[in-house]
Amino acid sequence: MGNYVGKSMKRVEDPRFIQGKGRYVANLTLPGMVYLAIKRSPYAHAKINSIDASAAEALDGVLGVFTGQDLLNDGVGALPCGWQVPNIKIPVQYALQVDKVRHVGDRVAIVVAESPYIAYDALDLIEVDYDPLPAAIGAKAAMDAGILVHDEIANNLSYTWEIGDKAARDKAFAEADHIIELYLINQRLIATAMEPRAAVAQWNEFTEEMTLWTTSQNPNLTRVVISAFTLQIPEHKLRLISPDVGGGFGSKIPHYPEEILVPWAARKLNRPVKWVSTRSEAAVSDTQGRDHVTKARLAVQNDGTVTGLDVNTWADNGAYLSIVAPLIPTAFYITLLSGLYKIPGIYGNMWGTLSNTVWVDAYRGAGRPEASYVVERLMDLAAQKLGMDPVEFRKKNLIPAEDFPYQTPVALQYDSGNYQGLFAEAEKLSNYAQLRAEQAQARQNGRLVGIGVAGCIEASGPAPSAVAGALGGVTGFWESGSIRVHATGKVTVLTGAHSHGQGHDTTFRQIVADQFGIKPDDIDISHGDTAVITNGMGTYGSRSTSVGGSALVRSAEKVRGKMMKLAAHLLEADEADMAFDAASGNFHVKGSPDKAKSFGELAFAAYTAHSMPAGMEPGLEEDTYYDPANFTYPNSAHIAQVEVDKETGHITVQKYFAVDDVGNVINPMIVRGQVIGGIAQGVGQALWEGAHYDSTGQLVTGSLLDYTMPRADGFPMIQTSRTVTPSPHNPLGVKGVGEMGTIASTPTIVNAVMDALAPLGVQHIDMPLTAEKVYAAIHAANGGGH
Amino acid sequence: MYPPKFDYYRAGSPDEAVALVQEHGGKFLAGGHSLIPVMNLRLADPGALVDIGRLDMKGISSNGSGVTVGALTTHAMVAASGDVPTALSEAAGKIGDPQVRNRGTVGGNIAHADPASDLPTVLLALRATIHTNGRSIPADDFFVDLFTTALDEGEIITSVSVASEAANTGSAYAKLPNPASRYAMVGAAAQVTIENGVCAAASVAIGGLTPKATRASSVEAALVGQPLNSATLTAAAAAVTNDLDPDDILGDIHASADYRQQMASVFVRRALEAAVSRAS
Ligand SMILES: Cc1cc2nc3c(=O)[nH]c(=O)nc-3n(C[C@H](O)[C@H](O)[C@H](O)COP(=O)(O)OP(=O)(O)OC[C@H]3O[C@@H](n4cnc5c(N)ncnc54)[C@H](O)[C@@H]3O)c2cc1C
Repeated sequence: MGNYVGKSMKRVEDPRFIQGKGRYVANLTLPGMVYLAIKRSPYAHAKINSIDASAAEALDGVLGVFTGQDLLNDGVGALPCGWQVPNIKIPVQYALQVDKVRHVGDRVAIVVAESPYIAYDALDLIEVDYDPLPAAIGAKAAMDAGILVHDEIANNLSYTWEIGDKAARDKAFAEADHIIELYLINQRLIATAMEPRAAVAQWNEFTEEMTLWTTSQNPNLTRVVISAFTLQIPEHKLRLISPDVGGGFGSKIPHYPEEILVPWAARKLNRPVKWVSTRSEAAVSDTQGRDHVTKARLAVQNDGTVTGLDVNTWADNGAYLSIVAPLIPTAFYITLLSGLYKIPGIYGNMWGTLSNTVWVDAYRGAGRPEASYVVERLMDLAAQKLGMDPVEFRKKNLIPAEDFPYQTPVALQYDSGNYQGLFAEAEKLSNYAQLRAEQAQARQNGRLVGIGVAGCIEASGPAPSAVAGALGGVTGFWESGSIRVHATGKVTVLTGAHSHGQGHDTTFRQIVADQFGIKPDDIDISHGDTAVITNGMGTYGSRSTSVGGSALVRSAEKVRGKMMKLAAHLLEADEADMAFDAASGNFHVKGSPDKAKSFGELAFAAYTAHSMPAGMEPGLEEDTYYDPANFTYPNSAHIAQVEVDKETGHITVQKYFAVDDVGNVINPMIVRGQVIGGIAQGVGQALWEGAHYDSTGQLVTGSLLDYTMPRADGFPMIQTSRTVTPSPHNPLGVKGVGEMGTIASTPTIVNAVMDALAPLGVQHIDMPLTAEKVYAAIHAANGGGH
Repeated sequence: MYPPKFDYYRAGSPDEAVALVQEHGGKFLAGGHSLIPVMNLRLADPGALVDIGRLDMKGISSNGSGVTVGALTTHAMVAASGDVPTALSEAAGKIGDPQVRNRGTVGGNIAHADPASDLPTVLLALRATIHTNGRSIPADDFFVDLFTTALDEGEIITSVSVASEAANTGSAYAKLPNPASRYAMVGAAAQVTIENGVCAAASVAIGGLTPKATRASSVEAALVGQPLNSATLTAAAAAVTNDLDPDDILGDIHASADYRQQMASVFVRRALEAAVSRAS
């Protein structure tokens, strides 16, 4: 532990956020700026016969109304899919639809006007003549709907993927004492980041440079996509800036049509153009999450040993393939089906389908929560069948600590783990035996109290680029990290990671401060501007510290190496006799701490360059592209207690205990915050959230009046603890933390509710566990009487 | 969210407000928490807004036998009041969230007459009177239908009055909130008076699940003259089924009509239990 790493330093970004002084894209106003609004389809599926914009164009203050044909005439390219599994059929998606709309909210025209009010008035004047068509709805049902979302893609089946050990699976099921079967729905979610998406673009007609401010988790990556595929503005003439971004949760990864429309209009009209999504637009245009239908089986021996797992999943991708959509239910899902357990025979199979709904892509956890949910629901049902305690049952099947690195039958090699220690800590934190004793008492009194447990794994920190390439990735997944030491001893850090709530400014300062023995206040973290950060991959998949942070460590090592040589030269010592004291930041002769050069002195000397070692250039700047050797594998054991109101079906979460192992920790407070926020989001899926499309493809939960977000009053105080098993393959020993809470809390809560209802014989209810669904289950179990 | 164009007027007195609406058409603007959202969604296009927010119609006064609540009194003020019957402060405290309670007003809430609102149900149970610039309307006659009241075009609510609650009277409001919006899916309000161990008077209303709040006269009839114990309360609450026309009950993805109907008796009983415990 250094001076700062491992300490709960307050977040340097918080004063501006809690005072409402963050600077978001929507805050930006440029001279001469005009406003863009989007005409969206009210139908899930319809043929566009004609678009009459004459009345809108005639409205005072309207600069133009444009349709898909205008974009095609300008040669604007289709949106690409950046994850191409073998034999995938990729539907063509343009920013504006020309002949057909394929989901409610699909884009048909844009208006640019002098004010947003005029723009919205003009939208109402655009007449689109549609022939409504029946809609294909449902991850599995869309395959048999007889309605094609894209004429060229038969059965709405875009891709399939399978992996595992078939022979071992068949053997496991042939020899199993018990086979546990489960059919479940992992429902569609709407990310609902606090800040809706927004874009502002400015065109310089003389230099032909475009600047686009956009709410992206990965501005560098989006710049590549715009340059190479859609607007095809040369990369060196295109600058993307993602300033403060208010949450993404995956929904701000993709390259969006609005990131085409806004700069295109700015160039066309030679005026700065702004678009800010409304909350209602966000519901029908931001990528959504999850949406699986799964049939799964678990093979178990009488003694509680799990020997096999067989999973078939249908994953709904929506109407088009978003940028990494096919990754989520393939390499981020099936490969995680081993969970924390030693299961010899695992096989997973999936069908990636299209439907007349909003597109689906990564959402906090992205594939890995879906995998944990399948495994952890089955583990509970199996324990119940054998009459074993669910904690004991899981402990019996954990991968032993001495088996790491552990090769699963589904491709991944887990880096490190101590799952026994993790469960021991969870039992201790929750006082598990006592919880069970209290539950027995409550049951005697006729109360429906349940205790749920889940043990979950994540593959975080994507990804070794070669692995990504082999699995279908169009891009690599390294991260850049540069350190620029200034002559006065201050440091600017450039990272390709992007903070949209994670606290990188704080965490990365702590990391770099300890690399040099300087103060965090002397360091500034720069991110989110492609004019400053030449290349980068961005933030998703809990990767920023393990990949981006590691890049910074590597650059710091290079800088230190140069400083060491320079110090030896100035002190007239042999480099081999030199040492660096991380506490003081001094480079000194071994055994003589006062024969030293400070960090500041060396920085100055490197830029005055009055006396440099032979062959050494002036300056003190280093760059690194860090490509991780493996994913990191954080893991968690969560335990919760819930009570069900028998009369109404209403669920109260009474206690929540979370033990997470995220390897070494840079800032415990930030880590705890990530865990708690993640838990809230995962409980949201278990109990409240769900995008609901009706049979015509209308999104019934299109506003926050109907889409239930988690709120603080739905939670008890969450108790957290950690075990620490460092990742062996990155210089910080860290693992991901951003998604663990979400992954673990969903099955923990569902298992708790099912445990509460177990005395009634209820086995499974699909999420969200609304009061009515739980009431109906209780009611049915009681024989239908009132 | 950008509403269609509208003109804005600010009234200096209730009479001027009425005159402005008569002259320009449009709507009164109080807290704006029902009106502005529907304008932003472009579901309403009133053309003109007459802001009544600064009129002197705000506050709660009590004269011992009755309590008057000004039309512009916010939900937060009602929730914090010790003078109004408990059911009213309890219901106001369960409206939306703190922002909504600090902006939304009693007058706006009942003029809007959203079927999922809380106050109409309570005001029915408390046999409140709604006062306007020209007349006084009993709550029973005020709520006509979904988003429809007895108010005439341009008529302004000035206050609402209810009887003060005597020591042997207790009231309560029990609510099954929509998990997303927090509006009522079922809301039950009850007021009971106990004399010599039996129920001397009972007033009960149920709302949230029907186009307008309804008086639960079957429940009231089942209570009066009865000792108030768990068995009589449960039996009386079950009678709410007689006060509800099953064809009238609303349903949505959060709660089907069938579920709401079953919850009606549960929440009526919960309101009764709390009301009884408060009547000493
Ligand atoms: C997020 C959210 C959650 C909510 N949750 C709940 C809830 O749980 N329960 C609940 O009951 N309500 C709820 N509401 C509604 C809230 O109580 C509103 O504030 C209230 O219904 C309207 O009051 P207002 O003062 O905002 O009226 P406004 O929106 O200003 O006006 C509403 C209507 O009443 C008319 N009007 C206003 N004042 C008068 C008057 N004095 N005389 C005649 N007409 C008048 C207006 O012209 C308009 O037609 C919620 C609102 C929001 C935004």
